[in-house]
Amino acid sequence: MKILVVDDEPDVQALFEQRFRKEIRNGEFQFSFAFSGEEAIGYLESHASEVVMILSDINMPGMSGIELLKSIRKDHPMAPPIIMMITAYGDTDNYDQAMKFGADDFLTKPVNFTELKQKLQERYEG
Amino acid sequence: MEFFLLSFFLIQFIRKRLETAVKSPDLDKMLVFARYFSIGLTAAYYIFNQSTFIHWLWYPFLGGIFWLLYNHEEYKQIRSLVQSAIPFIVVSFIGDFADLILPKKIFNQYDNYIETAKVFAGLWLIAFWYNSQKQQKTLEREREEQRKKDEVNEAKKDALEYLVNERTIELTRQKEELQKTLDELTATQNQLIQSEKMASLGELTAGIAHEIQNPLNFVNNFSEVSVELCQELEEEISKTAIADADKEYINGIISDLSQNQQKITHHGKRADSIVKGMLQHSRASSGMKEPTDVNALADEYMRLAYHGLRAKDKEFNATLVTDFDPTMGKVDVMPQDLGRVFLNLFTNAFYAVAEKKKLNKDNPAFASYKPEVKIITKLFGGKLYIRVSDNGTGMPESVISKIFQPFFTTKPTGQGTGLGLSMSYDIITKSHEGRLDVTSVAGEGTEFKITLPV
Ligand SMILES: Nc1ncnc2c1ncn2[C@@H]1O[C@H](COP(=O)(O)OP(=O)(O)O)[C@@H](O)[C@H]1O
Ligand SMILES: [Mg+2]
Repeated sequence: MKILVVDDEPDVQALFEQRFRKEIRNGEFQFSFAFSGEEAIGYLESHASEVVMILSDINMPGMSGIELLKSIRKDHPMAPPIIMMITAYGDTDNYDQAMKFGADDFLTKPVNFTELKQKLQERYEG
Repeated sequence: MEFFLLSFFLIQFIRKRLETAVKSPDLDKMLVFARYFSIGLTAAYYIFNQSTFIHWLWYPFLGGIFWLLYNHEEYKQIRSLVQSAIPFIVVSFIGDFADLILPKKIFNQYDNYIETAKVFAGLWLIAFWYNSQKQQKTLEREREEQRKKDEVNEAKKDALEYLVNERTIELTRQKEELQKTLDELTATQNQLIQSEKMASLGELTAGIAHEIQNPLNFVNNFSEVSVELCQELEEEISKTAIADADKEYINGIISDLSQNQQKITHHGKRADSIVKGMLQHSRASSGMKEPTDVNALADEYMRLAYHGLRAKDKEFNATLVTDFDPTMGKVDVMPQDLGRVFLNLFTNAFYAVAEKKKLNKDNPAFASYKPEVKIITKLFGGKLYIRVSDNGTGMPESVISKIFQPFFTTKPTGQGTGLGLSMSYDIITKSHEGRLDVTSVAGEGTEFKITLPV
């Protein structure tokens, strides 16, 4: 399963790679990283059919997670990827917005990796 | 005889006109004596067969009186009147003198003239006195009138003075009232500034908390993952063919590393919960009711308030008593809003017990005073009852009646905004359609009762 993680913090990559070391090694998950909304759009254009799931932060400079969500839902109505949004703790406005624009699931920061792993596995198996 | 009458009236007149009995008792005594003397003289005259010698004694006596009148300033005002008696005395004297030196035959010839002159002098004297008496009366009347006028004026003056006094008092009162209003306004302004500062502080905290949260997340996540890595490393090492002593040594290092990571995680989580608390407190209300564990919420804010005060005052100490309804489960409330109410009630309660302790620290009667703050929850008959009570300072009736007013506070500037209870009241009565009641006894303690329909 190919997962695109979108976050403006570069350390997110190291974190995911370490957290999912085993899963990456045994081929369960495959992670790609984009460090802005724009970069994510560019990546999707060239790898559209590969990406099954997108994990995106909301608060990013430039294109926000919400805008990314809107744009993906508009440009990829067919075979839509699963989109999980990461909202900051207590940020109800963004939560409501993400909900409205068709996010599939939510995670709150700080990301609980045990919970995330579980969710990913459910999707992977189902 | 005529001299007796003359001196008698003269003396009487002087005494009356000068009011000697009141104004100069010494003089009065002399005059009374002179009167007795004149009576004595008259009596002696008749006793001694109308003795010529005694009759002549009248002249030095009267002369003496006149001498007195002319030598003392205080008689000045009656002198002219008394003078009117002089012609009579002089005519009498001439008559008596002529009687003494002239032969009887010749004297008798003139006796008629002298008697006539005496009568005229007497009449003149009487006329003069009568006139003077009349003048005196008019004068007195005028004086009386003046006195009455003065009295009226005096009364008017008094009335005026009274009025002026009244006005002055009124003005002073108004001035004091204005001063009070001004003071109140200044205090309100200070409070507004203070609460404005607090509000911006709240926004600032929210901003800071957000900023801190991201790096903190990395700290927590990386340290967690490092713990996992350490475990993996341990497993991997056990597979390799290194000497046991070396393995043990390496494992020791790994275990230390892993422990360190756990410590980092632990303290990172602590910081995280503080940041969460800050965010939650400053966050705007969602205005949505959601199933909430009210007991946990109350407990969380009780601790938050307690530690908030402890952070400022290391001496502070209080017993926290909780009596939660274990059967309650989750109840539909607005958690952030209710959290604020809890925070306010607990902060006030802890302040009240701390204050009571501080106020009585030198009072031996309070040596055994144990500050206590208590919360009771009970779900019963479709209503949620929450009681927050303390054994702190309590409030007098005059304070109780004002506590739900915005900006009402008895705390020094910087320690109270006076917004806590008014906000709590709005949250309970408006947002939750419940009730917020208070009972308090000054010096004993306070209890706030929340009743929520669920
Ligand atoms: N538990 C209590 N014990 C005694 N007095 C209290 C208590 N709670 C509130 N008060 C009184 O009510 C006033 C208003 O409280 P509040 O609205 O919370 O504002 P603040 O705490 O900023 O003064 C306080 O200043 C205090 O005089
Ligand atoms: Mg308060």
